[in-house]
Amino acid sequence: MSNSVPGSAGVIATARLIAAKDLRVERRSRVLLNQVLPFALIVMVMFAFALDSDAVLERVAPGLVWLATLFSVLVMVSRSFAVETGDGALDQLRSAGVPATGIFIGKMLALMVQLMVLVALLVGAAVVLYRAHFSWAGGVLLVTTATAATCGLAAVGTLYGGLAAGAKGRETLLPLLLLPVVAPVLIGATRATESAFGTNGIAISEGWPWLGLLVVFAVLFSVAGAVAFGPLLDE
Amino acid sequence: MIAHEPGIDVVIDLSDAVAVLGSFPALAGATLSVNRGEIVLLRGPNGAGKTTLLRLCAGLIPLERGHGQVLGIDLKNDRELVRHRVGVIGHNNGLYGDLTVSENVRFWGRTVGATRAEVDAALRRMGLDGRLADLPVSRLSAGQKRRTALAGLVARRAELWLLDEPHAGLDATGRDELDQVLKMAAAAGATVMVASHELERAAQLATRQVEVVAGQVREIGAP
Repeated sequence: MSNSVPGSAGVIATARLIAAKDLRVERRSRVLLNQVLPFALIVMVMFAFALDSDAVLERVAPGLVWLATLFSVLVMVSRSFAVETGDGALDQLRSAGVPATGIFIGKMLALMVQLMVLVALLVGAAVVLYRAHFSWAGGVLLVTTATAATCGLAAVGTLYGGLAAGAKGRETLLPLLLLPVVAPVLIGATRATESAFGTNGIAISEGWPWLGLLVVFAVLFSVAGAVAFGPLLDE
Repeated sequence: MIAHEPGIDVVIDLSDAVAVLGSFPALAGATLSVNRGEIVLLRGPNGAGKTTLLRLCAGLIPLERGHGQVLGIDLKNDRELVRHRVGVIGHNNGLYGDLTVSENVRFWGRTVGATRAEVDAALRRMGLDGRLADLPVSRLSAGQKRRTALAGLVARRAELWLLDEPHAGLDATGRDELDQVLKMAAAAGATVMVASHELERAAQLATRQVEVVAGQVREIGAP
């Protein structure tokens, strides 16, 4: 774990700086708005074409929301690190002694914010396209599920994005590394969202244990990422 | 002015320094002393160890054997501490193309807690204030990008500038601008070490030349 050195910004200040910078880059480039969100919506529409049954779509809507999220995460993580490696900024950050933990947390937070926007859009799309049932009673579970799941996805995405950033063939390496690891998020978030939607008559209370799984995953990978990110970058 | 600790005039002090890349000793007993405000040209063939020397002085690779201090900091035990006081620019500029010039310089300045006034001063010193400051970096020429990167070093209060082939990719105007900036930086108290193959141009810029051959440093003297 890289600690800050005297005279440099601390971990928290660095995290805020990096997160603000990443969100500003997104505001300028509009990659999320113009590419990732349309991509995710197209995936949702394609699922609807492929399954072609209202009953089936309503039943599988939670899983499709999170599958579309996972596909989009790959694009977002690649973009997040392409910004850093395009002109060698990530190397500069490390050579300037900027704390790696701060870089990790900052990039993770920015990714999480963008993922929350994406998930909100996909849930809306599921309600409109798949007639998923949204109730205010399930809203609390849905929001906490989305928060924990996006935190976990952002942590893993940032960790593996950093790992793949300097590797040859990183575009194909990232899905191979990322998708197997985030399987627990897909399962947990899908089950919790089924409860929030009341899919197949599942009670809202049945979703909370799955939320627990998501929280454990998010905490585990956030801590692991904060510790391992510096050595990974230096490698 | 570049802030620096009073009393430290020898910025780089290497004696029989050995640095290893993999199992290959890229620096094999290098001895070099550089004083504050000097512009030192590193010459030598490809693979001689110039980049390794720059990376060693930046605290990016460990000192395996010998003695080494940069800005009074021991490279063997505290090389991490060197990093935030040294600015390294290689073939890339480390800029974010979607952000403006001022946003980039502010970002790098804030990594060491620089104030807005310090960032504005860095932009002015590099001639990047006014209309240029609000342009996205992706729309700049190669020379303007290099100046923006150097403004980032000023905003970061880097005391030692380590530049690897800084003239590469620049047109004649860009090279002239770069030389002016480096002379200004040295006059303001920064120490500059430049690895370059453009010997004629770099020799005009440098106050001193050293040659790196087979991992060892030979003094050539003033150009």
